[in-house]
Amino acid sequence: MRRRCAGKGPPVRTFAPVALMMLALAGGATAEREESGQGGLAQVIASSFRARGQADLDRLRQTPMQLACSVARPDALPADVQQRIRRDALQTVRFPPDGRWLGEWQRGEKIAQSGTGLQYSDPPDAPRGGNCYGCHRLSGTEVAFGTIGPSLYRYRQRNTGDADAMRRTWIRIWNTHAFNACSMMPRFGDAGILTPEQIRDVMALLFDPASPVNR
Amino acid sequence: MPCVAGPRPAKQGVRAIADRWPLAFAASALAAAALACAAVRAADPTSVYRQMLADDNPAELAVARGQELWQMPRGPKHAALTACDLGQGPGVLAGAFAALPRYFADTGSVMDVESRLVHCMVTIQGFSRPELAAAPFSELGEPQTDLEVLVAYVAAQSRGATIRVPQGAPQERDSYARGRDLFYRRAGPYDFSCATCHGADGLRIRLQQLANLTRSEGARSAFGHWPAYRVSQGAVRTMQWRLSDCVRQQRWPQLIFGSQAAIDLSTYLGVLAGGGTMDAPSLRR
Repeated sequence: MRRRCAGKGPPVRTFAPVALMMLALAGGATAEREESGQGGLAQVIASSFRARGQADLDRLRQTPMQLACSVARPDALPADVQQRIRRDALQTVRFPPDGRWLGEWQRGEKIAQSGTGLQYSDPPDAPRGGNCYGCHRLSGTEVAFGTIGPSLYRYRQRNTGDADAMRRTWIRIWNTHAFNACSMMPRFGDAGILTPEQIRDVMALLFDPASPVNR
Repeated sequence: MPCVAGPRPAKQGVRAIADRWPLAFAASALAAAALACAAVRAADPTSVYRQMLADDNPAELAVARGQELWQMPRGPKHAALTACDLGQGPGVLAGAFAALPRYFADTGSVMDVESRLVHCMVTIQGFSRPELAAAPFSELGEPQTDLEVLVAYVAAQSRGATIRVPQGAPQERDSYARGRDLFYRRAGPYDFSCATCHGADGLRIRLQQLANLTRSEGARSAFGHWPAYRVSQGAVRTMQWRLSDCVRQQRWPQLIFGSQAAIDLSTYLGVLAGGGTMDAPSLRR
């Protein structure tokens, strides 16, 4: 990912939209965008989409993170805004209550391969995939991988010696903005895309020595 | 034409040679095909695929059908579309597509080619707007809609034209500004904006190359090649269809046909694509 965690830097008093956004960050899970100076974008959005299948109009309401990150250069956001996004994201993370990080890599591979889920064309009750291969290289044998995210091939080997690697990876899958404000990767745990059990299986794909990612 | 199928159908002069020396012809044709296939394998598979099909783009059937529909008196008013003003004056098609979306004084709004064609079919021919808007795109396996073939025909009359989507009117500038904001707007359970996939050079989803639609080069390629005959769909698809299918994959609700958001996104792309060359209908995966 291109976005880097911002350094400390002094708190920046910023322009009005960011101030509004900061208020929104202090509020609930979602917030309506302040549309002043947007040339009627709110009305345009309200009149341009219709609910279909499982995709209802509530999906167009932005979370504070989505609102803040809706810019051409999120890496240029003020350091305090990025810090806030990371802190809020970290607070969303739920760790496995039994402390078990890894499920089955075989199931994880299926989840990584599947792009089904949450489109209005998808059956609402079908098992959801994570579509990991859409953006990442994972196993050494699957050649149809995307390049929006970094390669995760040999993930276990890359993280040897890092006692905290599993916890950190769990956080990245649950809500990657905890490390990487305005990352392009979906919040698979926080947004409810994958279940905690599915995330365990994806974790196994990344960490199990027998997984095709590490063989 | 696929490599395995052998040489292309012979032209007249070649056919005469083939008739006189059939064995020699067959051998040389096979050798030529083998050479062509070797060259094909060495190059980028997608461009080769397009090249192989380019001479036989099935979109030409839609263009021909669109021309018939454009000229034929139709609808409750039994009128032809030849009086339709696509921005360059009534009935003027040359270059019209390359300058859309634009502001139209008669409706007081910015319209893209699809919404303007619907407007003409309603006002000139007396068709029902709700009926046209309810089914603008053909379903898989169904015949193309009237709108799709008309878009193909109108686009073909701008082939080679320079893209110049106007920004003179304040409404046109507003449309661009909203389209640009929409492009970067993140929402939905996946947090995706258009820029998530189309915000940098050289990215792929799986093996699918993604155009960088934040820069002129990528926008020119995208804007200049739609409508397109989409092989995986077996049909000509329009820009609004393309945008709508992106929005579906974004996990957003359905983009309404003819909506302001659809037009604004087209305006954003068209303005960014300024100076590029129209080459549509094209052929896409």
